[in-house]
Amino acid sequence: MNDKKEKRTRRDFLRDGLRAIATLLLGGIVGVVVRKLHARDTVWQLDPNICVQCEKCATECVLSLSAVKAVHAHDMCGHCKLCGGYHRPDAKVQDTAAENQICPTKAIKRTFIEDPYYSYRIEEEKCIGCAKCVKGCNAFGNSSLYLQVRHDRCLNCNQCSIAEACPSGAFRQIPAEQAYILKGQQANTWRSRDTA
Amino acid sequence: MKRSLSWFFTLLFLAAAIGPHLAQDRFPRPEFESAYQRPLTTTPGPAGRILELLDVVLLATALGLTSFFALKKRSRRAIFWLTVFSALYFGFYRNGCVCAVGSIQNVSAALFYPGYVMPLGVVAFFVLPLIFALFFGRTFCAAVCPLGAMQDLVMLKPVKVPSWLSEVLSVVPYLYLGFGVLFAATGASFIICKYDPFISIYRMSDNFGAMLYSAGFVGLCVFVGRPYCRFLCPYGVLLGWLSTLSRKHVTITPDECVVCRLCEDGCDFGHIQKPVVGKIPEPRAQSTKRLSRLVLLIPVMMVAGGWALSQMDVIFARVHPQVQLAEEIVLEDAGLLSETTLETRTFRTAGTPTQELLDEALAIQKKFYFGGWLLGGFLGLVFGIKLIRLAVLPQRAEYEIDNTGCFSCSRCFMSCPNEHVRLGHIDKDWVLNLEEHASKR
Repeated sequence: MNDKKEKRTRRDFLRDGLRAIATLLLGGIVGVVVRKLHARDTVWQLDPNICVQCEKCATECVLSLSAVKAVHAHDMCGHCKLCGGYHRPDAKVQDTAAENQICPTKAIKRTFIEDPYYSYRIEEEKCIGCAKCVKGCNAFGNSSLYLQVRHDRCLNCNQCSIAEACPSGAFRQIPAEQAYILKGQQANTWRSRDTA
Repeated sequence: MKRSLSWFFTLLFLAAAIGPHLAQDRFPRPEFESAYQRPLTTTPGPAGRILELLDVVLLATALGLTSFFALKKRSRRAIFWLTVFSALYFGFYRNGCVCAVGSIQNVSAALFYPGYVMPLGVVAFFVLPLIFALFFGRTFCAAVCPLGAMQDLVMLKPVKVPSWLSEVLSVVPYLYLGFGVLFAATGASFIICKYDPFISIYRMSDNFGAMLYSAGFVGLCVFVGRPYCRFLCPYGVLLGWLSTLSRKHVTITPDECVVCRLCEDGCDFGHIQKPVVGKIPEPRAQSTKRLSRLVLLIPVMMVAGGWALSQMDVIFARVHPQVQLAEEIVLEDAGLLSETTLETRTFRTAGTPTQELLDEALAIQKKFYFGGWLLGGFLGLVFGIKLIRLAVLPQRAEYEIDNTGCFSCSRCFMSCPNEHVRLGHIDKDWVLNLEEHASKR
């Protein structure tokens, strides 16, 4: 009986020691990690200046309708009647007929402003993020159309599956306070805030 | 009309050829005579801090409640409803991300990968369940983990996995943990997230392949109790270590064990250990000899494992997209590939020197060589300890819970007559008679 009791205490002692070591290790890991900790939260975003419009954003997102959408820097747009991001290159007439549009879901709404200018607005709920319009705008226009991860839709997965598939490495995690990498005038405010 | 259009496009192509730096100024930005205002790009924010903070608070609360109900109240019903809550909130509402299982990778990336940033919430998800395991056992598994919750809720007709099979399969989590950390630390991939069998259900994904994989796994969960937790979960390895050392842990009986055998089949996961009776331990000299041989075998296995895995650095490194790209570029340059890929075309248009990419790929390969030694050593140690544990005859006089594996799900409580005494269902005398009965048997 005595022997048994002694054995138990020895085992208990070992256990306590190991537990202390485990606690220390856990604390150590947390310590190291906390030093690397970003005080701010991060979100996934794509840099439109690196993006090559490979169309994978439309298919790789875990959401059935991708969280990546086309956005428009209206202040960069030429507001042309013939738009490289709106009309197919082989379009016979520069009108709003579906067969002449580059967008597979007709997500770009064209409205007449004044002669000869038109505005092009993305209807986000229709956009699938395929970047066909972005490609057209980059090739023939002012490249005012570009892609962005829309954070009201994005699940902010631990490992973004689009980022993993992105051929140009345009995806990265950025601070949540400045969750967009915008173009045009808004880009300047973003940058100035960033450096401030 | 058509002619003018083609002219127009010829000009545009010319403009496109001049250079991308001019791209933004192909057309003047008009000044409107009408009162048209250019709309700004909206920037809807992420759900943000509040929801993340809520996650952490709910996690801590759920852990606390589960520990309380499992250890103190011994209430399976409460654990069940907490499981339902976790499946609904952490699973379906928060889409199963971020979770503690995947957070291993964030932590290893933060430890080994320079410049990796990690949000506070992820740290909390990694650490809190481990701290609770150190004090109360794996109560995280019981009702908080959304992956465990899904498996627990669909478990209708669990069959008993033969002990030799479960013993063999129980080394898989160590492999999964090791490789998960290796690939995350080298920045190659987050394989634990990638092959998570339940995430596509929580997200109600419409990816057919992913859904098929999930459906298959959930189908398996109907007949095998928590297969992911037992035979795959890498986080369970860490929880198991700490749970073994836990200060308190759930026990089958609230009282003394009467060795009545009623709980023998009380665990659907095979975590109740029978008392060892009628087995004569081998002579001390013999067992000491065997044990010392096995202990000496451990360093040999560690070195062998390290050597073997470090030799496979080239193969493992291929998981990293940069290494894949470098290989494709080299093969293309050598004229061995007939078609270019999107990745190589993108790389070539970006104009980064090939040498830079090759250097980077080699650096990654070197990391895998080093990581291979560490991983091999770790796995050698794990296998060595496993062998020792199999070789040592345990001393158990009672039915005991295997604290390393036990999920604290509280199912086994009701199989114990003493629990029924505690709840006032039966008299203590009944149990004492039972003891007599059992000893006669």
